[in-house]
Amino acid sequence: MERPPKILENKSLKAFFFLREWLTFAPIFRDRYFLSEMRKTFFTRFLLVAMLFTTQFAFPAEKENEQHGEQGKDLKTEIKEYISHHLKDSHDFSLFSYTKENGEHKYVGFPLPVILWDDGLKVFSSSQFHHGETLAEVDGQYYKLYHSKIYKTDAEGTINYDEDHHPTNAKPLDFSITKNVMMIIITGLLMLWLFSSLARSYAKNNGVPTGIGRFFEPIVLYIRDDIARPNIGEKRYKKYMPFLLTIFFFIWFLNMFGMTPFGVNVTGNIAITTALAILTFVITNFTGTKDYWMHQFNPLGDSLPWYGKIPLYIILVPIELLGLIIKPFSLLIRLYANMQAGHIVIGSLIGLMFIFKSWIGSPLSFGLAFAIMLIEVLVALLQAYIFTMLSALYFGFASEEHDHGHDDEPELAHL
Amino acid sequence: MEKLLEEFSLGLFFWQTLLFALLLFLLWKFAWKPILKAVNDREEGIKNALDAAEEAKKEMQNVTADSEKLLKEARAERDVLLKEAREIKEGIISEAKEQSKVEGDKIIKQAQAAIESEKKAAVADIKAQVANLSLDIAEKVIKEELSDKKKQQKLIEDMLGDIKLN
Repeated sequence: MERPPKILENKSLKAFFFLREWLTFAPIFRDRYFLSEMRKTFFTRFLLVAMLFTTQFAFPAEKENEQHGEQGKDLKTEIKEYISHHLKDSHDFSLFSYTKENGEHKYVGFPLPVILWDDGLKVFSSSQFHHGETLAEVDGQYYKLYHSKIYKTDAEGTINYDEDHHPTNAKPLDFSITKNVMMIIITGLLMLWLFSSLARSYAKNNGVPTGIGRFFEPIVLYIRDDIARPNIGEKRYKKYMPFLLTIFFFIWFLNMFGMTPFGVNVTGNIAITTALAILTFVITNFTGTKDYWMHQFNPLGDSLPWYGKIPLYIILVPIELLGLIIKPFSLLIRLYANMQAGHIVIGSLIGLMFIFKSWIGSPLSFGLAFAIMLIEVLVALLQAYIFTMLSALYFGFASEEHDHGHDDEPELAHL
Repeated sequence: MEKLLEEFSLGLFFWQTLLFALLLFLLWKFAWKPILKAVNDREEGIKNALDAAEEAKKEMQNVTADSEKLLKEARAERDVLLKEAREIKEGIISEAKEQSKVEGDKIIKQAQAAIESEKKAAVADIKAQVANLSLDIAEKVIKEELSDKKKQQKLIEDMLGDIKLN
């Protein structure tokens, strides 16, 4: 038996994410709605067409459900598994899959290279796994793909579990070019092409952007003038600019790719956000000024004699040092949770269409999914903005230089 | 938390860090640096152009002020010149008047002197002529008187009579 994913069980968590996002964006969305009332007729027509389509799709799904019912899996579990599978990284790039009449799963996509470190480098194509259905045999070792992770098994592919239903098989170090790595490479290449051509167009047109550059230039300027300059300061903002720009567009583009039907969930992956947050952390602390470190270890400065500081500092200094780690930690959790929650909500709403199976419920959940999708497009931009903004803020703390005496630094550091 | 740790993939973390660092470096080198430089240059250019325009405007104002000043100066100078000219004119006129008066007086004096001397000469001339004429007359009269004895006699007697009377 497969362990059902935990995320969806926690209904209150889901509801919390949904409510939070909704409350944050409902006013914006409402304004948008009033603005677009001119286009209402088109919108209504579109919704009507969508209604027809979703119900048509939902009813065949019912038939499928009966088939699966025979196999002992109900629709809800299947949807849960589908969503949790979608949220995970995978070792092949599947565009879509369908089930044949005889119950055979057919996958359309392409395999990606698997790179393992298990007493030596082992490279093979993920097509050997056949989507987890078969074992991959490399140099006499057997590997099994189980819940998107690669385990070392014996020739029969036995997976041993502990009492919590966790596999106890050895896990080789997995450096595979997974779907997420693939998307990082694609996004990287896209950004390189986009922005180097923008740079070239500047050189060609005497400092005037052309084409898509007209769209991206204001964003670059916004990051410079409204994120970097006010938060870091005129003197030192320049050296942080490349990082801020790269991280903003990287997160934004990957968030937007997450909206595509290919099921990319890069920024909603904890490893990715951790890597990004650690970069921010490293840059913050390696470029920290003397005043910044003074603030960490001597937050009260000269306002107290040393014997008065000792009892306070027993508490204060650990808090300050903890703050160093909490700041990037909040960054990584915020981005991860927002993107993950967005995907779960959309996935669940789409799944609801197949659960309702009615002329009312399915279009309704389609409408909801559509609305949430629109919000997610906004969230994609907003999360990239927040990550960049907060990184800039932390860099600002790291580059603080007090003229001791007037302390007009915003006390956001302690929030 | 347990789920998060379970989801954490070291390989993905490794690739993300590596690829992102690479992307950061490449974009820094080939995109952000030239883009920010171009934008900066452009802003700098705009700022410079605005400054130059402001400068030109100021210069323009300066030039206008200068020309006005010059005009004023020129006017003042003209006034001064005119005044001087008037003064000179008056001076010349009065001098000329004075000179002409002096000259006139001199001429008049000379004329008077000449007239005087002429008069004297004329008087002297007249005197001489009168003397000559009287001599001639006297000669003629005496000749007449002395033409006959009687008359001579009479004359002598008259003369003698006059002398007596004296």
